Amino acid sequence: MLTLSAFFCGLLFGLGLILGGMTNPAKVQAFLDLGGAWDPSLALVMGGAILVASGAFAVAKNRPRSLLGAPMQLPSARDLEPRLIGGSVLFGAGWGLAGFCPGPAIVTLGTGAPAAGLFVCAMLVGMLAFEGLDQFLKRARTPRPAAGVR
Amino acid sequence: MTIDWQHFTPWTSLAGGVLLGLSAAVFVLLNGRIAGISGVLGGLLQPRRGDVDWRVAFVAGMLLAPLAYGLFATLPVARMSTEATLLVGAGLLVGFGTRLGAGCTSGHGVCGISRLAPRSLVATLTFMVSGFLTVYLVRHVFA
Repeated sequence: MLTLSAFFCGLLFGLGLILGGMTNPAKVQAFLDLGGAWDPSLALVMGGAILVASGAFAVAKNRPRSLLGAPMQLPSARDLEPRLIGGSVLFGAGWGLAGFCPGPAIVTLGTGAPAAGLFVCAMLVGMLAFEGLDQFLKRARTPRPAAGVR
Repeated sequence: MTIDWQHFTPWTSLAGGVLLGLSAAVFVLLNGRIAGISGVLGGLLQPRRGDVDWRVAFVAGMLLAPLAYGLFATLPVARMSTEATLLVGAGLLVGFGTRLGAGCTSGHGVCGISRLAPRSLVATLTFMVSGFLTVYLVRHVFA
């Protein structure tokens, strides 16, 4: 059931992105182009989505389990660390350069557009690079027990 | 700043947003999870037992969305760069950045703001400003 509902949510999410205009990189860039002919449409995509989702999150917050019995897994982090800001700066730059963020890139890959294929491959490499670096830093920070000590 | 009234699509964009919000709402109520695409993908790159199926299903649903949309309406025209260096550079930035910043437009922008998470509000403002600046530099300074 959880897999099925994930499938339909993914489908609905994709349909929303297409209808909203998010899968057209030129439109996304027109939204980000405050110095040119500005297309405010994407603000309405976000506004509409937040309006609808807010109620559901308010309900979800107070439930230990989902309606299908899965544990409620909402993020608990509260710190504004440098990596949150730094990561968002890098993401925003990439978003502005190509007009793709992760969701629309995946949906556009579904149309068979080669440009989306190339973008998604690079995006996955970028994600793997982060995992690699993150693991490396974590290991570097944890002191290893000295050899020979039992 | 001038508004491009010719390409402004308030109603379809609002309707698209409502569908996105509905998807995020149903997903958190049924699956108990955040519909954050960079997080869904990131989890697939570090697969853990019992945590793969729903991610694959969500991505499969997204990939099939254009096909499903095409059954009822004509897909909107999409114009994108075909310059390989730009696509690869941007893809690397988006992939690395969204994992480092723990979210993208969906996880921070839609879900995070909906649950009034201060971290997500800060992240969203940051990537929006970064996107505005990038497009400004590319189109109006270095053009």
